[in-house]
Amino acid sequence: MSFEFSHFAAVLLFASCASVVFGITQRTTTRAMVRYGVACWVSFVGVVIVASWLMYLVRH
Amino acid sequence: MADTRKSSGSAVSLALLLGWILPGAGHLLTRHWIRALLLFLAITSLWWLGIAMNGHLYMPGGGDPLSILGFVGDLGSGLFYLVGYAGGLGRGVVQVATADYGTKFLVVASLLNVIAAVDAHNLRIGRKPDGRSL
Repeated sequence: MSFEFSHFAAVLLFASCASVVFGITQRTTTRAMVRYGVACWVSFVGVVIVASWLMYLVRH
Repeated sequence: MADTRKSSGSAVSLALLLGWILPGAGHLLTRHWIRALLLFLAITSLWWLGIAMNGHLYMPGGGDPLSILGFVGDLGSGLFYLVGYAGGLGRGVVQVATADYGTKFLVVASLLNVIAAVDAHNLRIGRKPDGRSL
């Protein structure tokens, strides 16, 4: 079985899995875990989007 | 609820070892069932997605420093690495664009597993507060 995701789909999957682990391991209470996990997810995806546009501007 | 913390003895590192062998297993020992399940699902998904994306699983004896580093990183997945090694997974020639992502998925999943195992250990020895509701 082999999958070929788009680059952005790969980013979303990676961010989701990593954020779950970071949220659980880096915080103590449930509320803090959820908040931190969401913040990590937003950061992952946001940085990729910003970096992508920067690369686009550099290229063009 | 029974205090699952240990401060000494041979069992003090059991959560660390179990968590390394199987994602989330260390948190089963500390009776954090939901955390164990979520960690298992997240790390397992990331690892098997890496395999499905034709990622490369680093083998021992790679030769160059980056391959050795990749091997050490991949070892963090414990039982999954043994399954991959024995099953010949992750050894195909990389020919698709997302295969490089797959390789990164494998290494990151393994490193996240190490983080999760250390978290289980810290809960076990009382270094991390329980904060229990999960």
